[in-house]
Amino acid sequence: MKTIKCECGHSNPFGTEICESCGKPLTNENSRELINMRYEGSAVRSQTYNKTIVDKIWNFFSSVKVGIWIIIVILIAAAIGTIFPQEMYIPPNVDPTTYYKEEYGTPGQIFYLLGFHNLYGSWWFLLLLAALGISLIIVSIDRGFPLYRALKYQRVTRHESFMKRQRLFAVSDTGISMDRVKRVLAKKHYRIKEDNGNILAEKNRFSRWGPYVNHAGLIIFLIGAMLRFFPGMYTDQTLWIREGETVAVPGTKTEDGQYYLKNHKFIMELYGKKDKEYSAALDKTGNPVPKNYQSNVTLYHAGPSDVVGAKPELKKERDARIKVNEPLSFNDFSLYQVDFKLNEFHRMNLKLENKKTGKSYGEIKVNLFNPKSTYDLGNGYKVEMVEYFPNFKLDENDQPTTENSVPDNPAFVFKMFTPETTKGETAFIGIRKNVEAADNKYKMSFSGIETKNVSALTVKKDNTLPIIIIGGIIFMLGVVQGLYWNHRRIWIQQRNGQLWIAAHTNKNWFGLKREMQNISEESGLVMPIDQSDEKSA
Amino acid sequence: MAELSSTLLYIAFIIYLIATLVFAMSLSDKKGKENKAAYTRRWGRVGYVLSILGFISQLGYFVTRWMASGHAPVSNLFEFTTFFGMMMVFAFILLYGIYKTNALGVFAMPIALLVIAYASMFPKDIAPLIPALQSDWLKIHVTTAALGEGILSISFVAGLIFLIRVVDQTSSTKKTKMLEIIMYLLLCVFGFIVVSAISAAAGYETSFNFTDKKEQKVELTYNVPALVGPPNGTQADDHFGPLVASPSWMNGEQAPRKFNTFIWSLLTGGVLYGIVRLILRKRIAAAIQPKLMNLKPELVDEISYRSVAIGFPVFTLGALIFAMIWAQEAWTRFWGWDPKEVWALITFLFYAAYLHFRLSRGWHGEKSAWLCVIGFVIIMFNLIAVNLVISGLHSYA
Ligand code: HEM
Repeated sequence: MKTIKCECGHSNPFGTEICESCGKPLTNENSRELINMRYEGSAVRSQTYNKTIVDKIWNFFSSVKVGIWIIIVILIAAAIGTIFPQEMYIPPNVDPTTYYKEEYGTPGQIFYLLGFHNLYGSWWFLLLLAALGISLIIVSIDRGFPLYRALKYQRVTRHESFMKRQRLFAVSDTGISMDRVKRVLAKKHYRIKEDNGNILAEKNRFSRWGPYVNHAGLIIFLIGAMLRFFPGMYTDQTLWIREGETVAVPGTKTEDGQYYLKNHKFIMELYGKKDKEYSAALDKTGNPVPKNYQSNVTLYHAGPSDVVGAKPELKKERDARIKVNEPLSFNDFSLYQVDFKLNEFHRMNLKLENKKTGKSYGEIKVNLFNPKSTYDLGNGYKVEMVEYFPNFKLDENDQPTTENSVPDNPAFVFKMFTPETTKGETAFIGIRKNVEAADNKYKMSFSGIETKNVSALTVKKDNTLPIIIIGGIIFMLGVVQGLYWNHRRIWIQQRNGQLWIAAHTNKNWFGLKREMQNISEESGLVMPIDQSDEKSA
Repeated sequence: MAELSSTLLYIAFIIYLIATLVFAMSLSDKKGKENKAAYTRRWGRVGYVLSILGFISQLGYFVTRWMASGHAPVSNLFEFTTFFGMMMVFAFILLYGIYKTNALGVFAMPIALLVIAYASMFPKDIAPLIPALQSDWLKIHVTTAALGEGILSISFVAGLIFLIRVVDQTSSTKKTKMLEIIMYLLLCVFGFIVVSAISAAAGYETSFNFTDKKEQKVELTYNVPALVGPPNGTQADDHFGPLVASPSWMNGEQAPRKFNTFIWSLLTGGVLYGIVRLILRKRIAAAIQPKLMNLKPELVDEISYRSVAIGFPVFTLGALIFAMIWAQEAWTRFWGWDPKEVWALITFLFYAAYLHFRLSRGWHGEKSAWLCVIGFVIIMFNLIAVNLVISGLHSYA
């Protein structure tokens, strides 16, 4: 590899701008302009090589300009994506191919055709995120190593033009106590290195690593987010569970068995008269305002069963109350209260009556989830359930059918047997629609209904969370490290009977100048002049 | 307790107003014998102390309202916006403490005042918390996010000062026009307050019946005359009728009403701007510029940058990290691409881009100041417009 030899004798890697050893500027040597202190003038790969394809790709991703563009494109895409709702937020039963056009007209159609309706699942958005990640990795390597080299091998005595071309610089006659200067600097938490009566005072070097730490955090975060797509890392299922029911929790089956959950009770509370402090607001809305959604449950675990179909042996783990904002967590899983259904039909009572006299011959109780086929009322009275439609509707040929197995609108076809009508009479019974033969002597009439509440819980496992959390923490630490501290350096050198002072900070010059002012007042050191001010003035 | 709380807020408002005037006075150049620097310093200190007193009074409002309502008062639009104004004042106190620049007070305090006055136009009743909001993370997330936004707003204030100071006002250019648009928009906020206050004093009301997006019949009550009615709505009374219907793609809750108020604000802002221009007989920014000539642009630029440097981590922590922790608990996932979340991410990305522009593309001074203006527009958009145009999970703001 080529090297650049400085007049001091040191060989610098190709691309170096400021000699690593003596600090002499190696490019535009004779200029009087302030030197560029970024990366301390060390050779940065992307600024040095541009020949091969690898170089070109490398340079592309390590360019901050490209990085900023990636950020901005993501930003704009995300902003456009909020103009209309994402696919996941449109009503579940509509067809997105027509929904966007119908709801939002041509702009909606364009939105849909360009794929913005599913932006965050689209390949090009993922590609942008990947580009961001690659860029972060490459830029960290590209700049991180040179920076490390430069900060590690700092010399105290620096070249004349290195000093002169610092933004804060002054020359004064000697004659002040260097011991006092050192004491003052030490009091301001500077670490002091000496060489031949020259001083390098430095503090907060660690803040230079802030960007690298925060970028590393971002990379970890992005990796965590991508891992979600690996099987087994993530489950997300909904579980509807009725009061009194015990069910296997979906997605929790492992080799050691499975979790079961019993729902004792679902509770919904509303704000009311007792909540006096809110009475004004409650009166104004007029609508009921929910106060609490809660499922009282018991969690069980059952070991693996050897016999297929055998009833699992439930071992109680614990009782819990699942509320919004207070999920039940066990092992890798969490159960969240997400929805509910109040007063779902559970059991329906019907009476067998004589149509003319109205006399009742007994009551049957139909469990709507598990109806019996015959209900014997004794004394020769009996009801047979011929057909059951839990969620009754008429199909396109006007034939009775059921929409699903949830008893939201139960309807039955009964056959009634009495000593008088031994052949049986048939009747169709539904809510507000009874159909029966006109010459029927008996009828079934509703006499009562029992309802239960249903809780909807989400079962969630997300093994990417620890990675995401670590990434987030590292990111925060890095940002604070880089933005709340600044790397400050002060060089003091004896030259030809004069004292030369230069100071540099990576940011917050106001703070450095104020500190220099303090130092000079306390130690008698001359206050350096801001050479960038002179230029602009 | 609730009454004490409102009184304290009122007092804070008045003190902020006085502080603004004191800061403005400290820049005035009609000074006779007294040493200019000493004069500025003295009145600057008075303004600063007043700002702190006002802040303490507003803190009193916050604490007493918390006691009265049983939860942190950041749970509806009034409470949140008021708190945001308070955080702007806090951020100003912080940065003035470092840089002691009176001009910052001249701009930061009235903008905070506008925010607080804007807040007070929303229903102020102490409202109960729905289950999704009953979490300690509500206060942690919302307060930190508002603090971050408050600090970032100061970067806008400093950026604005920078632009008024340096943009050449001798002829009309794109830049002077942009500056005037900013001035006009600030006046629109003022216009909103004026219109709302007048209508409230007159007790004006007109209502509409219409069917909204979710096929629900709703009644909408406007408190200002209806220029824009709901799409396919019928007015329930014979007050001044709507001239046009609002666009049907506005999905937020009560969007037509908000859109109507928005139009009113723009119109009143226009009238106010016209009046001010007539009085000044020059561009507003041009009229302010001479008062700022003593300021070093580099210092203002640094204040602006410093605000981002301090505010960015706070914002990230509050609006993204704490938000994600809470979303994981309340909504089962830490991120769901809800519009409000997305706009917080956009704000984050924008300021990240700002830092990189500054760091490696050398965008200091004017370019950086314009970026700070855009950043503030994004923050305000998320605060105000997202729930006008887009409906999401966030129950307010
Ligand atoms: C969302 C994504 C990103 C965030 C939040 C982020 C954040 C940051 C922050 C806070 C700093 C410190 C700024 C300062 O001290 O003023 C920084 C520095 C930096 N960033 Fe990023 N960054 C992101 C993406 C990128 C990308 C894609 C690139 C690649 C090209 C990049 C390249 C750099 C460089 C070169 C520095 C300066 C490092 C140094 O001073 O040694 N960043 N970044």
